[in-house]
Amino acid sequence: MWDYLKLIALGVIAVLAAIAANYARDLAYLVNALTIMLAAATAFIWILRTMGDSLPASQNEYNDGVVRAGVIATALWGVVGFLVGTTIAFQLAYPALNLSELTQGYMNFGKMRPLHTSAVIFAFGGNALIATSFYVVQRTSAARLFGGNLAWFVFWGYQLVIVLAATGYILGATQSKEYAEPEWITDWWLTTVWVAYLLVFLGTLMKRKEPHIYVANWFYLSFIVTIAMLHIVNNLAIPVSFFGSKSVQVFAGVQDAMTQWWYGHNAVGFFLTAGFLGMMYYFVPKQAGRPVYSYKLSIVHFWALIFLYIWAGPHHLHYTALPDWASTLGMVMSIALWMPSWGGMINGLMTLSGAWDKLRTDPIIRMMVVSVGFYGMSTFEGPMMSIKAVNSLSHYTDWTIGHVHSGALGWNGMITFGALYFLVPRLWARERLYSLTLVSWHFWLATIGIVLYASSMWVSGIMQGLMWREVDSQGFLVNAFADTVAAMHPMYVVRGLGGVLYLTGGCIMVYNLWATVAKQPRVASASVAAVPAE
Amino acid sequence: MSKKPVKATKKEVETTGHSWDGIEEFNNPLPRWWLWTFYVCIAWAVAYSVAYPAWPLINGATPGLLGASTRADVAAELKRYADANGPIQAKLVAADLTQISADPELAGFSANAGKAVFNTWCAQCHGSGAAGNKGFPNLLDNDWLWGGDIEAIHTTITHGVRNTTDEDARFSQMPAFGKDELLEPAQIEQVVQYVRQISGQEADADLATEGAVVFADNCAACHAEDGTGDRAQGAPNLTDAIWLYGGDVATLTETVTNARFGVMPNWNERLTEADIRAVATYVHGLGGGE
Repeated sequence: MWDYLKLIALGVIAVLAAIAANYARDLAYLVNALTIMLAAATAFIWILRTMGDSLPASQNEYNDGVVRAGVIATALWGVVGFLVGTTIAFQLAYPALNLSELTQGYMNFGKMRPLHTSAVIFAFGGNALIATSFYVVQRTSAARLFGGNLAWFVFWGYQLVIVLAATGYILGATQSKEYAEPEWITDWWLTTVWVAYLLVFLGTLMKRKEPHIYVANWFYLSFIVTIAMLHIVNNLAIPVSFFGSKSVQVFAGVQDAMTQWWYGHNAVGFFLTAGFLGMMYYFVPKQAGRPVYSYKLSIVHFWALIFLYIWAGPHHLHYTALPDWASTLGMVMSIALWMPSWGGMINGLMTLSGAWDKLRTDPIIRMMVVSVGFYGMSTFEGPMMSIKAVNSLSHYTDWTIGHVHSGALGWNGMITFGALYFLVPRLWARERLYSLTLVSWHFWLATIGIVLYASSMWVSGIMQGLMWREVDSQGFLVNAFADTVAAMHPMYVVRGLGGVLYLTGGCIMVYNLWATVAKQPRVASASVAAVPAE
Repeated sequence: MSKKPVKATKKEVETTGHSWDGIEEFNNPLPRWWLWTFYVCIAWAVAYSVAYPAWPLINGATPGLLGASTRADVAAELKRYADANGPIQAKLVAADLTQISADPELAGFSANAGKAVFNTWCAQCHGSGAAGNKGFPNLLDNDWLWGGDIEAIHTTITHGVRNTTDEDARFSQMPAFGKDELLEPAQIEQVVQYVRQISGQEADADLATEGAVVFADNCAACHAEDGTGDRAQGAPNLTDAIWLYGGDVATLTETVTNARFGVMPNWNERLTEADIRAVATYVHGLGGGE
């Protein structure tokens, strides 16, 4: 019965998408409609072929299939995102690499840049969060994922979001809001997928067999709930036509800007911080084999973090049309956020005390430590840059880009790599990773890459800021904008090289993970049965 | 799960007694330095928000005890420079254009102010070093389209070239000889070779000879019989091997076929007369001024 309803729904979606494609007013919409039609038709055929013959999965076993798929998606989207990032880094250093003549503008920096940010944040980071949250919530609740195949819907639905967004960017569908570029069709679909994600996660928590909810799950849940709220409010828009990708924002002017940065900052706060702290709180103690340092600290810093983060957005709009009072509030909330952020770092690092010797022998632990270190550094740098006087120098410069990347490459990237190295042998029931030497290589390439990236952007950004504000005694600007661009060129080349190192490390990881599954012998796994820990 | 808290090692505090998938939690207190730094940050946040505009009320927000305002700060800074530069700017506007460079005070001020104006408004097209770009004249050399004395430069900057926003803009239009079928393709080929010949480049002598006739009939009215151009019409000198768009065969053919229509904005609506005079003096002093 349930299968028939699914078939009817998918059939209707496929037909409606075909009709929409027929009336499409622009190319991006046409491609999006065809993609949706294809996805619905594929799902339709898959359900038709598996109807009746699927055995109900044992409720006592974890649903690890969807986590395996998520791990593969994370690794592959990661490499894609790093590749696009390295490409646009060199496009900035050498504009000829836009290949405008050859690609007719489709590979211009302006189109590739949102492709990069979305690929690394939402495709790489998002898949990492979904996959690890599914793994962690099952283990720490001793319960199978709630909702049967709903978790698979979340996985494939999310991949569809990524494809719709990426093709849209290239073909010109964008609402020009940073990190919220996808147009209304993709936004609606993401909302649907996200509600399903919330249902799976909450449902699993509700049927948990442990008496308490583990701290990692608080962070994952706050991430899921807040992202839903941010996504919906920031994307309130009215489509110009149901058959076109263009939409008009509900908010206008400075209200729109404030909404955007309320969203933008909390995409960092809840997607890249809270969600990844969830990862940290599971994988660091597991890999170290040590208890979490302080339960009290985790409670206090959790509530302080999620209370304060949501107010910090205005610091993105210092010295703009935003009123002074909003600017002040955004700044003081950001300063107060410093210690709550560091609570996570302390808990991560201190969990390792008593296991420091593992730093020498275990490159995965080393990755996690460096990750937490970069987390601490970025969450100090962030509040500092939110101070108006500092911001007047740093705003609009490469310093911001350096800051973001020390957080993204260092914290988000490294903790994800650590989690992937932890997960793959367990999910595919392999005794160990294919090669720890390759993990070491990955570690050093990534670390040096980040250092090159961050330090070149600090130099470039501070120089840029100083050159912009340089006035002579009569109040006249000293430098032309083009002078600052020319001066940044060497730093742009260094940044690109940092990207090459980081990308190379990512490729080594993919090979290592693949070789773990393909070349390591299989062992009997004992970790698939859902039982309470003690 | 075990209800009884366990001691992990001798020196360590107790765990909370919970365990998830083997993960336990120590019952360590909040680190003192962490807690006190947090308190200090909060106290500072409160104090700062009392001192500066911060808390939104029904009608506006609290102004803060210090009465700070970023908008007032900017206005004050602008006023400070405006007051400081006011007298010399007035003197600059009142001065005879040709006498500016002779007055050390005005010349020094114009060099500074003019460079700043140039870097902000002109460098986008003419380059930050004023060396120009394809379609945008080099301002360092002696080759002037509309005249290189201070008055001509001042007029060009004030009214611009071929724009639709100033009636007094400098205007001229070269016919599109190929597109509008004023010349046969063969004739274009000939005249292109002739132009290459008079500009001292490698050219096909036979074609150039034919091209001389075409040039005399169609081009000489503006570019002069010897090809040295006419500044009154903005017609470039074709004999000096300085090219606005390029002197190779393909580019010259493109120019003759479709013509060019370079536009420059009129700056009288964006810049003050003092700014225009300053930047005119700056450009005039770059090396090519007459």
